[in-house]
Amino acid sequence: MTIVAVEHLSFRYNSVEVLSDISFDVNAGDYIGLVGPNGSGKTTAIKVILSLMKQTKGMVSLFGTKTNDFRDWRRIGYLPQKHTHFNPHFPATVREIVSSGLFSTKKFPKRIQRSDEASIDEAMKLTDVADIRHKLIGELSGGQQQRVLVARAIVNRPELLILDEPTTALDPEAREKFFQTLMGLNRYRNVTIILITHDIASIGKYASKLLYLDKQIIFYGSFEDFCVSDNMTNYFGEFTQHLICHRHD
Amino acid sequence: MDIFSFFQYEFIWRAVISGSFIALVCSILGVLLVLRRLSLIGDGLAHVTFGSVAIGLFFKQHPVYLSIPIVMASSLAILKLTEKAKLYGDAAIGIVSSLGIAGGIIIASVAGGFNIDIFSFLFGNILSISQAEVLTSIALSIVVLLSIIFFYHEHFATAFDEEFAKISGIDTKKINAILVLLTGVTVVLTMKIVGIMLTSSLLILPSVTALQIARSFKNTMVVSSICGIVSVIIGIYASFVMNLPTGATIVMVNFLLFLTAYAYKNAVQRKYH
Repeated sequence: MTIVAVEHLSFRYNSVEVLSDISFDVNAGDYIGLVGPNGSGKTTAIKVILSLMKQTKGMVSLFGTKTNDFRDWRRIGYLPQKHTHFNPHFPATVREIVSSGLFSTKKFPKRIQRSDEASIDEAMKLTDVADIRHKLIGELSGGQQQRVLVARAIVNRPELLILDEPTTALDPEAREKFFQTLMGLNRYRNVTIILITHDIASIGKYASKLLYLDKQIIFYGSFEDFCVSDNMTNYFGEFTQHLICHRHD
Repeated sequence: MDIFSFFQYEFIWRAVISGSFIALVCSILGVLLVLRRLSLIGDGLAHVTFGSVAIGLFFKQHPVYLSIPIVMASSLAILKLTEKAKLYGDAAIGIVSSLGIAGGIIIASVAGGFNIDIFSFLFGNILSISQAEVLTSIALSIVVLLSIIFFYHEHFATAFDEEFAKISGIDTKKINAILVLLTGVTVVLTMKIVGIMLTSSLLILPSVTALQIARSFKNTMVVSSICGIVSVIIGIYASFVMNLPTGATIVMVNFLLFLTAYAYKNAVQRKYH
């Protein structure tokens, strides 16, 4: 089943071309590492997929429905790029923030019920923030804040989870644990994952496919194919490609 | 004067009841505005109220009733200027606010003066509030409160992270419009209590006081409401006993509460760090 279908998508910001005629599909159960240099259009592509920005050309579908008509947001979990969209001194507890991930499953008036407690507890346990549930978000370290936002993204048990640079505030140990948690969600709950990162070597271990973007698609396939891809050799040079592909051996 | 003699006057009851309702609404809306970095929208809309009061007096209409639709329309204009013209929020507030003041001055000049002193609206007088104004304040406060209660979670999500709120299926444009419209109504109601010049203080001070000590979002709303209501009651009493202007005294009480909360927070932080 195709979860995300992107066809001939282009995006211009004023006169600057950010995305140029990109097409790809994401299927149920895929774990996509969306990689590329700064300014390559990764976050823009995700924002267009989620209807947060409107494309200049092309078409995007989510779960078989064009994004303009898509309303079934409870099927999607999203972790925005850290610190770009929330005030770290906001007076909200961990529990209040995690609960807000359930609003997509509610109709007006949106109310958190007793029956939601199990989902909230499960998401907090999975991300290891249950012990700090009564703390304010501003009292937490960068890594803890990131885990709270991940808990918010998964509390509605999404079928598609989109994460924009989720590991930037994490130390190597926490990053490894985080990737393991995501792998568990992907393998055992069949959650489709799209994860934006700069860390190709780390994501290469876990993702089923890498999508390398630099305004257009440079490569889309498995990590193994990425390491022998002529396109990537031409793009990086042999030495850099070798370094990326063997860093995690 | 003891507190029991104070409450024997009917005009005091009217002031306390309407003041408490309006303070409650201001305190709750204030939390959302401060967290959205829209604190000064109250100040801007209060300036628009000056213009709308002048229009009301010019056409011999009740200034409060005429001001409500004008200020609500102005609040939407601020929102549209930020969304469509891509202006920064403070610039949009500045444009609409200066238009309000300029319009008021021109109308006052063309009219060659009014029977009622337009400048009396600048400083308010809660003790002269009429029975009809009390009922209007209560009715509109209840409408504003119910609207916040119904959309509580939408307001929370939009204030914390607007992008995530959109992905949660929340119509953030609608929530933003509701917030500024409610602020418009509230600013007009507040005019009678502290006057146009001090309106934003009732929106900002209780919420920043609550932000010093509150331990959750819901708790911030509750603490802010208590601060707002307490400051109105103490302010009316203190102004009556000390023969001071009521609106300004309410603001000073609010500021004292803020200082107390700030000192308390610092003391707690020193104790545990």
